[in-house]
Amino acid sequence: MLLIECPWCGQRDESEFSYAGEAHIARPLETEKLSDAQWAHYLFMRKNPKGLHREQWLHAAGCRRYFNAERDTVSYRITGTYRIGETGPAGGGK
Amino acid sequence: MGKYSIFSLARNALSHHQNWPSAWRSPEPNKEYDALIIGGGGHGLATAYYLAKDHGMSNIAVLEKDWIGGGNTGRNTTIVRSNYLWDESAHLYEKSMKLWEGLSQDLNYNVMFSQRGVYNLGHNLQDMRDISRRVNANRLNGIDGYIVNAQEIKAAIPEINIDQGCRYPILGASFQPRGGVARHDAVAWAFARAADMRGVDIIQNCEVTAIRQEDGAVTGVETTRGLINAKKVGVVVAGHCSVLAEMAGFRMPIESHPLQALVSEPIKPVINTVIMSNAVHGYISQSDKGDLVIGAGIDSYTGYGQRGSFSGIEHTVAAIMELFPIFKRVRMNRQWGGIVDTTPDACPIIGNTPVRGLYFNCGWGTGGFKATPGSGWVFAQNLARGEPHELNKAFALDRFVDGSLIDEHGAAGVAH
Repeated sequence: MLLIECPWCGQRDESEFSYAGEAHIARPLETEKLSDAQWAHYLFMRKNPKGLHREQWLHAAGCRRYFNAERDTVSYRITGTYRIGETGPAGGGK
Repeated sequence: MGKYSIFSLARNALSHHQNWPSAWRSPEPNKEYDALIIGGGGHGLATAYYLAKDHGMSNIAVLEKDWIGGGNTGRNTTIVRSNYLWDESAHLYEKSMKLWEGLSQDLNYNVMFSQRGVYNLGHNLQDMRDISRRVNANRLNGIDGYIVNAQEIKAAIPEINIDQGCRYPILGASFQPRGGVARHDAVAWAFARAADMRGVDIIQNCEVTAIRQEDGAVTGVETTRGLINAKKVGVVVAGHCSVLAEMAGFRMPIESHPLQALVSEPIKPVINTVIMSNAVHGYISQSDKGDLVIGAGIDSYTGYGQRGSFSGIEHTVAAIMELFPIFKRVRMNRQWGGIVDTTPDACPIIGNTPVRGLYFNCGWGTGGFKATPGSGWVFAQNLARGEPHELNKAFALDRFVDGSLIDEHGAAGVAH
């Protein structure tokens, strides 16, 4: 069971959270000028790294706020969590 | 190596079964092959076998980073069925089912394919509507199946709980009589042996570290056992396909998740079929050894660790308990996880890539085992001819660009 540090509520059990996928995917501006391939890249293509990963979590059974985490996808160890808009740990996660 | 038969069995009995030859060789890799398959799981080995058998390509090698069948092939719950909703997937999985039906004879190896039937349970009105739609779609595609009600399920599986007062009562199910299970290890070993007998080199403990290309075409791969050149490379690595795609310089619409399963201590025969439930999310069958084989859902987060979360076990066991209260005191023996490569539309990606000569067969997600022979069969032709077979045309990587997704999510009866 993971122990996850919510940046607002502190350390809580994994079962209070839901996973929300890769972090820092910015919605493209001027979407009317995008090609189909660029759309596909934004919508579907994922880094899915083996190693450190920047990802979003939702504290669903807590403050119900989204935040970002950096987690090792092999050991599942969470190296840091940070609020949306913050830069987060310098762990070099993708 | 010789053919397995009653005579070879008798001959080897005389020497107390001490002199059986290895089922396949362990050769040193050559410097160059006509084609390379990366990934020695069931799908990769099946691809190699059908390349050698149907397309006359025997100067090929299968590169496996660990040992044959040590990945998802040996980690699944061995369920085989073909009752998929959409035409594209129904045709692909049904091709696989037809190959399963002759596989033991074709490969001269008992893969213990047992068509004991598969029930997909419905627990509410919408489930039953979806089941009705899917069964009718299946029948239009020539795939067997019918709808059964709760009493009929109870008659076939006396231990099941059809009490209508519980949280998720069983209202009915779809039943595919030709579905069933196979022995997963035997499938990997059978394809490995059959491919090896046709001249395919199976190289274990050989991890690919880089994919070499020139002018947009693949030229070979760097491995932990040296550089191996080939003009055609097929990547069949399931959970690690994003890692291989990154080596080749493009991205896949894939996220890898841990998926776990567990088996109980062996008990006397109690379940003679396969029961799957989407709503409570568990599936169960009983192996010939007597273990109850139980499958869970994927963990929500991505991961490459071959283990699942404790909460996943709890959910699954709770689901099984609701279906079969009789198993309350059965102890679980082992639990393990595999890494499944899930796509946004829950369908595989089979075909060409932005790099010439490089082909991917991945994205089977949580339900790849059943497709093992069919997947290898279509991918072999794709690799040999450089263009997709009619059956895998719709599963191209391009579908994520042009929008022609095949939405099997939920529609397939269970989350596999």
